[in-house]
Amino acid sequence: MQFSEAWLRSLVNPKLDTDQLCHLMTMAGLEVEEAVPVAAAFSHVVVAEILGVERHPNADRLQVCMVDVGAAEPLQIVCGAPNARAGLKTACALVGAELPGNFKIKQAKVRDVASSGMLCSAKELGIAEAAEGIMELPADVEVGKALREYFDLDDKLITIKMTPNRGDCLSIQGIAREVAAISGVAAHPVDCAPVAAELADTLSVVIEAPHACPIYCGRVIRGIDPNAVTPEWMVRRLQRCGVRAIHPVVDVTNYVLLELGEPMHAFDLAKVAGGIQVRTARVGEKLALLNDQTVDLTAGTLVIADDAGAVALAGIMGGAGSAVSDRTTDIFLEAAHFTPEAMAGRARGYSLSTDASHRFERGVDPTLPVHAMERATRLILDICGGQAGPVGAVGGGTARRAPIRFRPERARRLLGMAVTDAEMRATFVRLGLDLEAEGREWQVSSPSFRFDLAIEVDLIEEIARIKGYDNLPAILPAMVANMPGLPERQRARGEFKARLMDLGYQEVVTYSFIDAKQQDMVAPGAEQIALVNPIASQMGVMRGSLMPGMLQTLRHNLNHGQERLRIFELGRCFLGTGSDAQPLRLGGLAHGSASPEQWGEGARAVDFFDIKADLEALLLPTIADFAKAEHPALHPGQCARLSIAGRSAGWLGALHPGLVQQLGLTRAPILFEIDWDVTGTRELPSYMTVSRLPAVRRDIAVVVDAGHAIGTILDTVRARLPATVTEFTAFDMYQGQGIEVGKKSLAFRMLLQHTEKTLTDAEIETAVGQVLDVLAREFAAVLRG
Amino acid sequence: MTLDDILREAESAFAAAESLPVLDQVKARFIGKSGAITEQMKTLGTLAPEARKEAGARINQVKDQVEALLKARRDAIQADTLNRQLAAESLDVTLPGRGRGMGGLHPVTRTLQRIEQLFGSIGFEVADGPEIETDFYNFTALNIPEDHPARAMHDTFYLGDGTLLRTHTSPVQVRYMEHQKPPIRIIAPGRVYRVDSDATHSPMFHQVEGLWIDEAISFANLKGVVQNFLQRFFERDDLQVRFRPSFFPFTEPSAEMDMSWGDGWLEIGGCGMVHPNVLANVGIDAERWQGFAFGLGVERLAMLRYGVNDLRHFFENDMRFLKQFA
Repeated sequence: MQFSEAWLRSLVNPKLDTDQLCHLMTMAGLEVEEAVPVAAAFSHVVVAEILGVERHPNADRLQVCMVDVGAAEPLQIVCGAPNARAGLKTACALVGAELPGNFKIKQAKVRDVASSGMLCSAKELGIAEAAEGIMELPADVEVGKALREYFDLDDKLITIKMTPNRGDCLSIQGIAREVAAISGVAAHPVDCAPVAAELADTLSVVIEAPHACPIYCGRVIRGIDPNAVTPEWMVRRLQRCGVRAIHPVVDVTNYVLLELGEPMHAFDLAKVAGGIQVRTARVGEKLALLNDQTVDLTAGTLVIADDAGAVALAGIMGGAGSAVSDRTTDIFLEAAHFTPEAMAGRARGYSLSTDASHRFERGVDPTLPVHAMERATRLILDICGGQAGPVGAVGGGTARRAPIRFRPERARRLLGMAVTDAEMRATFVRLGLDLEAEGREWQVSSPSFRFDLAIEVDLIEEIARIKGYDNLPAILPAMVANMPGLPERQRARGEFKARLMDLGYQEVVTYSFIDAKQQDMVAPGAEQIALVNPIASQMGVMRGSLMPGMLQTLRHNLNHGQERLRIFELGRCFLGTGSDAQPLRLGGLAHGSASPEQWGEGARAVDFFDIKADLEALLLPTIADFAKAEHPALHPGQCARLSIAGRSAGWLGALHPGLVQQLGLTRAPILFEIDWDVTGTRELPSYMTVSRLPAVRRDIAVVVDAGHAIGTILDTVRARLPATVTEFTAFDMYQGQGIEVGKKSLAFRMLLQHTEKTLTDAEIETAVGQVLDVLAREFAAVLRG
Repeated sequence: MTLDDILREAESAFAAAESLPVLDQVKARFIGKSGAITEQMKTLGTLAPEARKEAGARINQVKDQVEALLKARRDAIQADTLNRQLAAESLDVTLPGRGRGMGGLHPVTRTLQRIEQLFGSIGFEVADGPEIETDFYNFTALNIPEDHPARAMHDTFYLGDGTLLRTHTSPVQVRYMEHQKPPIRIIAPGRVYRVDSDATHSPMFHQVEGLWIDEAISFANLKGVVQNFLQRFFERDDLQVRFRPSFFPFTEPSAEMDMSWGDGWLEIGGCGMVHPNVLANVGIDAERWQGFAFGLGVERLAMLRYGVNDLRHFFENDMRFLKQFA
C-alpha cells in the first residue's frame, strides 16, 4: 500500500524523521519497501503574479514581464512561454534558486535585457512529466508563498508491503492507529460526527444473506451540484495513494476508503429501480461492471440488486448501469460489511482484484460502515452541496467475538523471556484490547478491527511485537547429549557424490520441468505429467528421467567449447503425481576423450566400459549385474540394464544414434541413470579367513562361439568352481587373425589357494581340468594350444 | 720396479680406470695373485731375517696404500655412476600431473552440505519429501485454507490433477510430524517451485526448512539458533541478525530474518513459532509441545557466501561456472 506521509502525520505525528518513522513501522511488521519524495528538490520558487507583459525589443518569441513575487518591488523577467500574460498567477524561481537537475538561477541578461529570475513550468520543477508553458495557478493563491508549501511538495510517498493478516492497516487511520500503539504518541481521530438528515428520503434495504452481509448502511443524498469539482487537496491525497480523481462523489468514496479503510459505493439514485436487496446471484444473471466488463454471475456470488436485477458485485465492484455520472444530482450511498469468509476468493473467481475486495477479503472493521457513512456524507455535502436523508442501517451486525484466554506464563514460555504481567497488560491496553487481567488466566477481547487476533498465540505475538523483536533475547537451547542413530548400511547421498567427484564427475542441477519433446525422446508415447501453468513451453512437463537434463547440459557446454564432459545429477524424477511415484535417481553423462587431454598419453574417446568401470567403483561394495537390454534413448547394441540383488536398478549405455543425429551431436555420449532406492544401502563387511599360503595363478585361453556373453560364461563357471579356486576372471578377448570367423578367444585367470596347506601340482591340474570341463560342456570351448 | 714405482704406477693406473670392471682388472696388476706387490712379497724369502722383517713391513705399508687408493677410486667411480644415473633419470617436475582429473560439487550442494553439517552438529537430522505435493500438505495442513489471501503469496505451479509443485519445504514438516512424535529436530533441504523468473527469481530454487519441537523451545531459542547458524556459516562473529514481525499462517509469532550485509540488511528467510493449528493437524498436543520452524533460501546463502551475482547461473550448468566450486 502506497500513501502520503503528510496525510499519515495529519493523524499521528511522532517526533521522528521519515527514516525513523519507516524503521519504526518496519520493525513492527509494517515493512516499508520505499519512501520517496513526491517531487525533486528545488528551492526559492514562489507564487508570483504577472503584472504586465511587453514584447522583447530584440527577440520575437520572448516577452519581458513585470512580476510581483510579494517583494517591495516587482521583478523584470524575460520569458519565452506563450501563455505568459498579465494577471496570470504562476511559479517564479528567484535569483539564487536551485531547480532539479542542479540548475541555478542567476541574475542574467537575455538579449541585452536584464532578467531577475525565471517563470517556471511544472516540468521544469519536476512536478510533471510534460508541460505546455509556465504553470497556471488559481487566481486566489497568495503571491510570495513558497511553491513547495503550496503544493505540499515536501511530502513523501511511503510504500508498505502489507502482510495479509493486517487488513486493519489498509487505511491511513489504521496505520496511524498502529503507529500510535508502537510509538506511544496519541493519534487524532477522524471526524465522523453524524450529519443531520435534512430529507426524509430512504431506500428500502433487504438483506437476504445476513451471514455474508451482517450490516448494510444506506443513505440518500439529493441535489448535488453536477458541476462541482474535487478540491485540490483531496485530488493530491488521492494521487499520492495512487488513486486518480474521477468525479467528486467517487473521489469522496475513494477518499474515505483510503482514510478509514471502509470500501463504499455511490449509486446514481435515478438509476436504481425500487429498493435494495443484498442477495446471492440468480441463475443466468449478468452484470455489466464499471470496468466495461460484463460478467456471468455464478451461483453463490453475493450481489447488490434493485428490483430490476443486480447493480453491483457486493464488496468487489459496482455496475455500470447505476454508476454516477456528470449529470447525476441524486445519489444512494452504500457502506456495508461483507465478511472475509463470504468474500474469500470471490473476486479472483471473476479475475478481478479491487481495492474493495482486497480489504473485505482481509477483514474490514464491522463497526466502520456507519462512521464511514457520516464521514462521506459530510465531505460530499461540503464539496458538492445537496441534502442528506437519514442513515438507514439494516442487519444485526456481527456477533461480538468471544474473549481469548491468555496465560502470561504461556507467553513467557513461548517467547523465552521474562516479560512482566504489568508490561503485557500495558501492551494490550496500548493496542486497544479489553481485558480482565487477573491471576494466571486472563480474558482478552480483541477490537473489532483486528481480524488477526483470534487465539492466545496471536496475543503473544503482539507482546513480542510491541516489545520489539530486537529486544527479545537470543538464547542457544540446552540439549540432552544423546547421539543420533547412524545406520551404517545406509549410504549417504554425500558419499555417492564424493565418489563421483573423485571419479572426475561434476555435479549439475537441472530443472525438474523439461520440454515435452525431450521427455518423449526417453519415453516415447508415455503419458506426460504436464504443468497447467508452465513458465515457458520448453519447461512444460515434469521430467521422467534425468537424461534430457544431462543432454541439455551437454549441448550448452559444447556450445561453449567444452568437448570433454563428465557430469552427474542426483534428483527426483516424476513417474506420477503420487508421493511414491517420484523416485530419486542418480544420472550421469560422459562425452569426449577417455582422459583429459594430457602429455604422454594418446587420446581415446570414452566408451561404454570406461563408464561401466566408474559405475562399478561407485557402487562398491555392492556388485550390480549388467544385462543386455533395450532403452528407447540408448544404442540397442550398447545398452545394459543394471540390477542389484534381482531388483532393476537402472541403465547404462551410449546415446542412440538417432538421437545423436537429432540433437546435432558428432558422437554419442555415454549415459547412466540409476535408482537411489536400490543403491542407497550396502552390506556390512563380513570377515573371511585370510590364507597365509601363497596363491597359485593359472591362465587359460579358450576359443568359443562369438555369441557367448562373457558375463554368462563367468557366471556359469563361477557357480561350479572347485573349492580350491578362489578367483576366476576374464582378462582378454580376441577376434581376428588366427581365430576362425564367428569365434572368439577368451583368456581367463584363475587363482588357486587352500587355506591350510600348499596345493600339489596334481591338485592344481585337477582343478584347472574341472574348469575346462565346464567350459567345454557348456560353451563348447576349445583350449587354445 | 721399486715399491715407490709400484705406488706411483698404481695411482695413475687406478685414476685411468673409468669403470668398476676396468678397475678390477687394473687392480690385479698390483695386488692380484701375480700382481706387483705379490711379486715383491715373493722376494722376501731371499732376505736375511732382519732385512726381511723391515722389507716386509715396507711392502705391507705400500700394499695398504695401494688398497686405500683402490678403495678411493672405487668409491669415486660408484659415486660418479650414481650421479650419472640420477642426471639421466631426472624429470621436469613442472610438467602437469596425469590422471582422470577431479570433478566437483554443485554450489548448491556445497552450501547444503555446510548447512547440514552445522545443524547436524547440534543434532538435527535431515528429512526429505516429495516435490509434487497435494494441496493439503502444501497449504491446508499448514493452516492456509483455500481462498486464504496468503495463498496469493505463493505463485504456485499446478498439475492437471490438482496436485502442485511444492512452493516451500514446509510440507516436509507436516509429513515428518505425522509419523514422528516430539521431540523433533530436523532440517529438510530441497527443491521448491514458484511461478517467477528473472535475475533474482528462479522458477525452481532450493530451500532448507528447520524444525525444532520440544517442551520449552522458545522464540528466544529461535533467535539464538538462527544467529548462531548464520555467524558460523559466514564465519563472522560480528554478523548481526535482525528479526522483523511478519506473517506466515503456519507460524505465530512469525518473523522475517534479516542479516547485516555491507551497509544494510538483507532478507534471508522467514521463521516463527509453529502455529498450534499445525501441531493439532498432525495430532501433537500444542499445550505440551512447542517449537520453531524456519526456511532459508539456499541459493541466496550461496550467492552471498561466494559472491555470485546472478541466480540464473545456478541452473545453466556451465562448466566454467561450476568448476569454480570444486
